[in-house]
Order: sequence, then structure tokens, then C-alpha cells
Amino acid sequence: MTSKAETISLFDRAILTRAARDAVVKLNPMTLARNPVIFTTEVIAALVSLDATHAALLHRPAAFAAVIAVWLWITVLFATFAEAVAEGRGRVRADALRQARTDTVAKLIVDRAEPHIYKPTRASDLRRGDLVFVEAGDLIPSDGEIVEGIASVNESAITGESAPVIREAGGDRSAVTGGTQLVSDWLVIRVAADPGATFLDRMIALVEGAERRKTPNEIALDILLAGLTLIFVIAIATLPMLAGYGGTHLSIAVLAALFVCLIPTTIGGLLSAIGIAGMDRLIRFNVVATSGRAVEAAGDVDALLLDKTGTITFGNRMASAIYPVPGVAEPTLAEAARLASLGDDTPEGRSILALVRDRYGLDPSARPAGTVVPFTATTRVSGFDADGVAWRKGAVDSVLALIAGPPQAGFTETIDRIARAGSTPLAVCRDRTLLGAIELKDIVKPGIRARFDALRRMGIRTVMVTGDNRVTAAAIAAEAGVDDVIAEATPQDKLAYIRRAQTEGRLVAMCGDGTNDAPALAQADVGVAMQTGTQAAREAGNMVDLDSDPTKLIEIVEIGKQLLITRGALTTFSIANDISKYFAILPAIFVATYPGLQSLNVMRLATPESAILSAVIFNALIIVALVPLALRGVRFRPVGAAALLRRNLLIYGLGGIVAPFLGIKAIDMILSALHIFT
Amino acid sequence: MTWHATLYIALVLALVLGAAFPLGTWLARVFDGTADFLAPVERGIYRLCGIDPNEKMGWRGYALALLALSVVHFLLLYAILRLQYWLPFNPEHIPGMPPGLAFNTAASFTTNTNWQAYTPESQISDGAQMFGLTVHMFISAAAGIAVAAALMRAFAAGRIAVLGNLYVDIVRITLYVLLPISLVAAVLLLAGGVPMTLAGFAHVHTLTGGTQTIARGPVALQEAIKELGTNGGGFFNANSAHPFENPNAWTNLLEIWLILVIGFALPIAFGRMVGRARDGVALFAAMAVILAVAMFGGYAAEAANNPVLVHAGLAAAPGNMVGKEVRFGIVQSTSFNVAATATSCGAVNSFLDSYTPLGGLVSLFLMQLGEVAPGGVGSGFAGMILFALLAVFVAGLMVGRTPEYLGKKIESREIKLAMLAVLIQTLFILLGAGASLLTKSGLGSLASGGPHGLSEMLYGWTSATENNGSAFAGLAANTALLNYGLGFAMLAGRFAVLIPVLAIGGSLAAKPVLPRSAGSFPTDGLLFVSLLIGVVVVLGGLQFMPADTLGPLAEQTLMHAGKLF
Repeated sequence: MTSKAETISLFDRAILTRAARDAVVKLNPMTLARNPVIFTTEVIAALVSLDATHAALLHRPAAFAAVIAVWLWITVLFATFAEAVAEGRGRVRADALRQARTDTVAKLIVDRAEPHIYKPTRASDLRRGDLVFVEAGDLIPSDGEIVEGIASVNESAITGESAPVIREAGGDRSAVTGGTQLVSDWLVIRVAADPGATFLDRMIALVEGAERRKTPNEIALDILLAGLTLIFVIAIATLPMLAGYGGTHLSIAVLAALFVCLIPTTIGGLLSAIGIAGMDRLIRFNVVATSGRAVEAAGDVDALLLDKTGTITFGNRMASAIYPVPGVAEPTLAEAARLASLGDDTPEGRSILALVRDRYGLDPSARPAGTVVPFTATTRVSGFDADGVAWRKGAVDSVLALIAGPPQAGFTETIDRIARAGSTPLAVCRDRTLLGAIELKDIVKPGIRARFDALRRMGIRTVMVTGDNRVTAAAIAAEAGVDDVIAEATPQDKLAYIRRAQTEGRLVAMCGDGTNDAPALAQADVGVAMQTGTQAAREAGNMVDLDSDPTKLIEIVEIGKQLLITRGALTTFSIANDISKYFAILPAIFVATYPGLQSLNVMRLATPESAILSAVIFNALIIVALVPLALRGVRFRPVGAAALLRRNLLIYGLGGIVAPFLGIKAIDMILSALHIFT
Repeated sequence: MTWHATLYIALVLALVLGAAFPLGTWLARVFDGTADFLAPVERGIYRLCGIDPNEKMGWRGYALALLALSVVHFLLLYAILRLQYWLPFNPEHIPGMPPGLAFNTAASFTTNTNWQAYTPESQISDGAQMFGLTVHMFISAAAGIAVAAALMRAFAAGRIAVLGNLYVDIVRITLYVLLPISLVAAVLLLAGGVPMTLAGFAHVHTLTGGTQTIARGPVALQEAIKELGTNGGGFFNANSAHPFENPNAWTNLLEIWLILVIGFALPIAFGRMVGRARDGVALFAAMAVILAVAMFGGYAAEAANNPVLVHAGLAAAPGNMVGKEVRFGIVQSTSFNVAATATSCGAVNSFLDSYTPLGGLVSLFLMQLGEVAPGGVGSGFAGMILFALLAVFVAGLMVGRTPEYLGKKIESREIKLAMLAVLIQTLFILLGAGASLLTKSGLGSLASGGPHGLSEMLYGWTSATENNGSAFAGLAANTALLNYGLGFAMLAGRFAVLIPVLAIGGSLAAKPVLPRSAGSFPTDGLLFVSLLIGVVVVLGGLQFMPADTLGPLAEQTLMHAGKLF
């Protein structure tokens, strides 16, 4: 996965400094209440602090309670810090975007008939439906649809790509974005967004996390975590009753320590950071999602609708082979094809020259004296005339019309075979003699088949959408290894396909740029609109790809999966941690009453106090230790669910059981070495 | 671990697990309506009871019907117990039960718990046994299985609103499953020496010239459904340790088989119902592994000699034989008790109070896990499904998709309801036991001091909340505190699980079944079985660790230090 935007170091000083400050601000209980686990921890930390203060005022031993209180506060701080770091990384990006949103003066057109007469108006006063005039050098004041004109626009403020792109009225390249700059020509634009609701505004809000709402899965996970917290509230609140029966008195600090160690603080502290980081990964990948829900849906996608041209194949057909008719030597046909293609500047024509150069060593630039007959759409033939000889190359029926009599035996079969293979045949003739055929092939992008195989292992079906006829489509589909094809596709076909798949319970992702893609983009569970597309498409989709690269759909799915995996891995890890904490704390708190329970102290922790403190310290440190993983995400491997589960369960499930045993023991050894509570 | 014991446990498991497959297939046919050879009888019952067999119930209708049925049965049973003196079949002229005890007993039998705060021989008539208790043993068992059937239907189809008809399910389950197996089992028990009579107690003259009263009654049929329906309420106070309930090794083996067989057949039926046999087997396997570990562990704990008795030269035979019947020995006793606490049966053939602390802990922990290995008929299966949902929810994300189980997405609502069930069970067990130990009345009920006393109280509340019904016999349970407290715990433990389960069923039923792909979370392999066991232990059991440490674990260490209670 590559990223065009600058990558931000995990340990960026500025971000960390700001995050440390924000972490303290986030301690405000009103805002922290959104996070049930960490909020509960804060309440407990306050309670233990009061208890320690109370004990100190009465000149009773308070050191242990004070130390526990400090570490509980640190636990809360680490959790708020994790969220602050994740937000800080987004803010860097938002600041860059904000620079593009300088308030410009727009040229508001008063009378449509006189586009060159305008009233200077502040961009922030523009309303949806206003017409503005923009000329070379101007910043485009707001999002809009081009009504008139053609111009090149520098969109680097949004996309980071400095090469200007062409924008014109009508068609699929008619949308412009506020904050981008006109490099040449002029445009009349109909404003499509009210102030504060432009693409740039939305993007800044998204990047900063201001619009962040919990996704359905996050809400469900929050319920699980809150439920677990409640269960431990019951378990710990009833413990003094049970212990009191046996004559054990448990202090508030000890109960608080046990409670905080058992509730899932690790995932509770990291959950929102994971979500923010997931959005951030997508943004660094130059894709903007309008909601976290869309990113989650990307992980769930079962089917990808991919446009053939540009995604599966290169945009252009390319010459791949020549087939002489019987009696004509291959080099003769090659030379004839070369001469006849000198007048063809289309990519197809150039690909013929490239083929004969590579395959037959013919220099494409060697140009004998004669006249070049250029390719035109009406003749559908190009050629070369010299010394009274005419070489021609072009569409089969056009060339056949030039030759004398019917084509030689075998030629028709060759043409049919080429068409059946999904390629386009061309014919070559010299004067009125047919020489042979050229195969123009839709070249499938290298490596795309392997990627589709990988997708299949992830349980995702790929569907190729093309306007080609069924035969051609089937041939390309077989070569690229897609699972399904929609041939001779109309926008309605796409929509119908998505609806059908959804009634079967499948989630569908697609990308599109045209206005007629809009219904399908809106219907799809993940609709990625191209930044170069129309305003209608951009509003219908729930993601916008700033690079307008349809192949990125595959990476978007991977980013979605990565987000979910990270969330699941850290949840599993957090819950698995509990086992070791029982072994650390339970013998410690009961050993005074029942010395035999020392046998449960399998870690051989030095003293009851050091055991409890070690568990609490581990519980706090693990949050900050896992921040990099939460931000970077657990790597996704396209190996299929079973293998993925086995691997992650081993690392985060089994690892979650074992790691704290080692960690708590290590902390206890350090405490012993420092003679703290030993 | 002797060869004899290993073979015995292996034999028990083989007989149960082997029978679960054909019985599971049969259950699936009972649930989906294809078993119909008793259709005329069914129709007769429907007409008699005014049941419209074509009425379809959504989850609310199903849950309301369950509640209504339970309330009616509760009141009926309460009335029978209070008025038994005047009712027929009371040859010994046993007086009516006092209100607290009648409340407790009615709650106990309505909820399939069969906690017995009363002494059967002296406090309940034959008529009340047959028409009050035995009837409930059928109905409460059938109701539990019906809820499981409704839950299975929720998974079996997509976008449906209907879970079935509770009354039809209860009638069919009773007719096609519980009655036939009970009748055959009752005959086998008769052959083994269990009495079935309405002639009242036998008054005999002994060889020494004295007279003796031998309690007896219509035991065989009640004994069969007591085990098959995981009820556990004994005809006699001594339960299955009594020679008239469980005369010999053969009846003991039959009773263990009856306790476990439906519990293990249900996941198999589930696999058939949803058309994913392997997924059913995975649940079955997780249950089987937990049970096997418990059976071997329970035996190992009791096979170890009590170090105090050994030191005093009092250990007559190898292993802890205190409180066990000589005709059964250790392995037949521990296997029976483990089976009864791994389900919601709660029958006993030996006295848990006299087990080693670890031996008692095995039974206590099995109940605390929520009785899912295989658990009470229906309720155990439902509990295992809750854990499967939680397992998939926690770990399912790790395959990069939002969690789904058998093609059904698991979302906030399911998690909320599943956690609610776990939460309420934890609350009643820990708060009940803890609060009881703060009261004078609670402390007065304990037969022993120290950690053993705590175990008795903890066990009582666990047993009631989990609808098990077995007891650490030391606890004097017929007090106002425990009669009412445990009565409410039983009702909460039953309905605070079954109703959320039905609500989950309703929610899942409405969702489409998503097609399975290579990207779906695999729920049918060894990996899932291990994960599920882990989740059962971590989410179902670990919250009880502090309490269990203060009870059985502390006692075990004290025993090794030479202190007994």
C-alpha cells in the first residue's frame, strides 16, 4: 500500500506535546462519560485519591493507597492520551487543508446572458445555485458544477497532485472543488454547496474527528465493555461481604486495584483511537470517507463492482500479434502494418508500431518518401502511399471494401478467433491485396489476477462491469479471473445488480464518476466517487477518492478490514489479560487470612503490595505500549478467514494470556530491586 | 486415575454422545413438524386445551405465552402444596405446606430448578408429588426445550417474524420425546428395583421385633423424568443416593445417561435445523470437552486421600469415601454429581458437603459457568448460544468483518441482551450469597464454619440462580430468608435468561441469512471450539474467581494445612 501524502511519524514531537496537553483536558468527566470503561476508572481513581487523602489527614498509613491512586490516574491519562495522539495526527492534515480555505472574493454573475459582467462577492456569502465566473489565476470560490467553458485546474490543495487536470462543462468531468485554482482559460460555475458545507469544510471536519460518531460496531462493543464493567462492579462490590465473613478486611485501594485491573481498560482506552486512526489511514491514502460507518462497511464488503476499462485493463487496446494470410511472409505483413500505421496517432496505432519494433526489429521512425494517409473516424483506415503503392490498415470491413474479391481462405477464421478471444481484429492490405490481420488486445493489467485471487481468498467476489459485448467481456473476464461479468452494462444494470446482491444479504462496493453512476453509488454499501467525477456522483457516494484511481477500491476494503481486525485483536487481548491478574491479585489480598493461598501466587511476586501494584502498573503501561499498534493497525493478510483467525487468536488471544504474566513479574522484580513495598 | 475409573467415564461419555446424534436428528423432526405419527393424539390435546395449532407467535407472543403458562402453573402448584392435606392421594395425611416453603417449592418446580427446601417424606403427599411436581417436571422441561427450538428457528431462516407456537411445541416435545423416553426409562428403573406404588408407606416388623416405616410411593416415573428433564427433585430427601431411587450401578448409569442425553442432542438438532451440521457438532464438542474435563477432574479430586484422615490413620480405603454410597464408590458418585451440575439437574447420589473442597468446586464452577456443558434441557443450549454469540462478537472482528454467527449479524441488541443474562445471574449469585452472610439468619443456616460455610451459602445461591437445585447438604434452607431469597433467584435465573434469549431469537429471525464465504468467521472447526471454551470460562466463570477463592480454594489449602470443617 503506498501513500502519496506525507506519512506522519508515530513519534512526531509536536503531535505528542499537543496530545499530552489534550490528554489532561480530556479528563473532564463530562466528555469522558462517552467512554464507560475509562469514565469508571476515573471515578475509582478519584475515590482512591479521597481515601488516601483522608487516611493521610488522620495520620494513618496512606502511602499504598496514594501510589495506587497515582497509577489509576496514569491509567486514565494514558487512555485519553491515546485518543489525543490519534486526533493530533488528523489535525496536522486538517491544518494543511485549512490553508486552502482562505476566503476569496468571488465573481458573482448577475445576468446569465452576460457572464463577463460580475459583482465581487465574498466566497462565504455564496449560496447554492449562484453562478460565478472564474478565470486563470483565480481560486475557485466554492464547490460547483461547470455550466460553461473548459479549463485546466490545479487541485493539489485537495489531492496533493500538482499536475493540472482538465475540467469542462457537461460530461463526467464537470465538477470543481472550492479551494482549487484555475491555471488556464475561464469557467462559469454553478455553486453547489452553501458556506460551511463545501467538500473542503466536510473534509476538514472529518479529518479533525469533529463529526466523529460511534459506528454501529463500536456501539455494540461499548455495550459489551460496559456490561463487563458492570459484572466486575458486582463481583468486587460483593467481595467485602464474602471476605468479611472469613475475617478479611479489604481496603478501598485494594478493591479499586482489583476492579480496575479486571475491567477492560486496554480496549476501553484504545477503542476511539483505533477508529480515528482507521479514518486517518484512509485519508493518508487520499480517500475521504464521509463516515466511520462507511469504513466499517468496507471491511464487510462481499462483492466489488469494477469497471473494466482503467481498472482491470489498461484504458487502450494494444496490438499483440499479427496473422498473415497464406502466401504472405510474416515480415512482409509487419512492414506493411508499420507503413500503414505511420498515419495513425491513436494509442492503437502507436501500439502497432511498438509491436513491430519489438517483435520484428522495424524502426518506427524510419519514414520512406511518400504520403501519409491519416486515420479518420469516417474512413476508419490509415495508410501510406509511395511509388504508386498504397498500404492500408483499419477496421476489417473497411479494408475488405478496398480489396478485390473475397478474402483468402483462413482469413475469416482468423478474424473470428480474434473476436472470440475478446480482442479487436484489424486488417492490412497492399493495394487491393489482403495481407493479413492485426490483433488488438485489451491488455489486462499485470498482477490484477493475483489480486483477484487474493480477494477471493478473503471471500470477496469481483464483478467486472463493461459496455463490451458478451463474447469480448467473457474473454477478458476469463483472463483477469473475475467471478462475474455484467456485459453491455447500462447504469440501470449496475443498480439492478447491486439491489439483487443486497437482497441476498451481500454488501457491495463500487466506484463511479458519472452522473448516471449516482443512483448505483448511492445504493452501494460502499460507493467511492472519483474526485474528477461529477458533483452528483460525489454527493451520492460515501467516499471520495482524491486520486480518482478506481483500483483503490481493493485497498479501501483492506483498510476497512484492518480497522476491524485491530479492534478485535485488542479486545481479545484486553479480555485475555484478566486471567493473569487474578493470579497476581487474589493470593495477594487473601494470603494474610489463608496463608495456603500463597500456592496460587504462581508468579512468585515479592509481597502482596508489590503484587497488586505490579498488576496496576502493567495495566496502565499496556495501554500506552499498544498505542502504536492501535494507530498503525494490525496488518491484514489476504489469506482467508480461517488462517487469519488462527494467526490472530494465537498472537492476541494466547499472547493476551501470557504477556501479562511476564510483564507483571518483570515489574515486580523492578519494584523489588528498588525496595518499593518489599 | 485408575483404569477402572477412566473406562467408566469413557463409557458414560460414549453412551451419551453416541445417542445424542440419532436423538438430535429426531428432535429436529419434532421441532420442524415432520414427526407426526401421533397427530390424532396431538389434535385431541389441542381441542381439549383450546389451542389453535396454526397460531404463529413472534418472540413477544412466545415469551408472553411462556410467562403466562409459568404464572398459571406456579399458582396451581402453590395451591396444591398449600391444600394437599385435603386433596386425594395423601395416604400419610401430610399437612399443607407453610406459605414460604410453598412459594419456594412452587418457584423451584416452575423454573425446572427442583431445589428442595422441604423434606419429601414428611412434607409432601403422593398426590402432590404426582400432579404437582411430576407434571411440572414434564412441563418445565418441555418449555425449556421449546425455547431452544424457537431459537433454532431464528437461525434457520432469514427475515421471519415467527418463532413458532409455544403450546404446540410443549405438546409435541412432551408427546414425542419426554413421555416415550420416560416410560421406557421408568420400566427399566422398575426392573432395576425402583418402586412404583400408591399403597403408602410400608410398615414392617423387623427381625429384632421392632417396627419400621419404609417410605415409598410412585417413584419410578418421577425418577425417569427427574433425570431426563434435568429437574433433579428427588422423591426422597436422599435423592438418588436413596436405594429406592437409584438401587444399583445399572440404574446409576441409566440415570446419568438420562440427565445428559437431551442436552447433547440439542446442538445436533440445531445443526440439522440450520442445515450446517458441522456448526452443531462444534457446540456439541465444546460442551463435551468441558464435561469430560469436569468428570476427570471431579474424580481426581475425590480419588485423592484427605491428608488429615491419612495422617490420623483413619483413611480406610483409597480416596475420599465420606458421604458416598458404598454401592457406587468414587467414580460412579463423582460422574453422577458432575453430570447433574453440568446440567440443571441437581440430583445427587452422594453428598457434596462431604466432598473434598476441590471436588465441590468442580460442581460449583460448572454451575457458575452458566450450566452449558450441556446444561439444562433447552436452557443449556440457549446459554451456549449466548456464549457463541459473545465469542463471535469478541474474536470475530479479527477476520476483518463485523461479527456474524451462522450468517446472522450480531449487533448492539444481541450483545445487550446476552450481557443482561450474564449480568443478572452474576448479580443474584454474588449479591445473594454475600448479603446472606451479613445476616444472622443466613449465618444460622450454615452447618459449618470457615470457608466451608461460605461454600455452602455460595453453592446454594449458585444452584438456585442457575436453576440447578442441588445443595451442599449442610445448608438449612427452610428459612424465610432463603425460601424467599432463593425463590426469587430461581425465577430471575430462569426468566432473565429465557426471555432475553427469545428476544435475541426475535431479533436474529428478522435478519437475513448472509451467504457464507471464505471471508466468513469459521464456526465449525477446532479453533472455534477452543475459542468458545475460552469464552465460556473467561466471560462466564472468571467473575466468580474471587468468591471461589474464599470458599473451596481457601478450604483446600487449609485442609492441606491440617484443618477440616
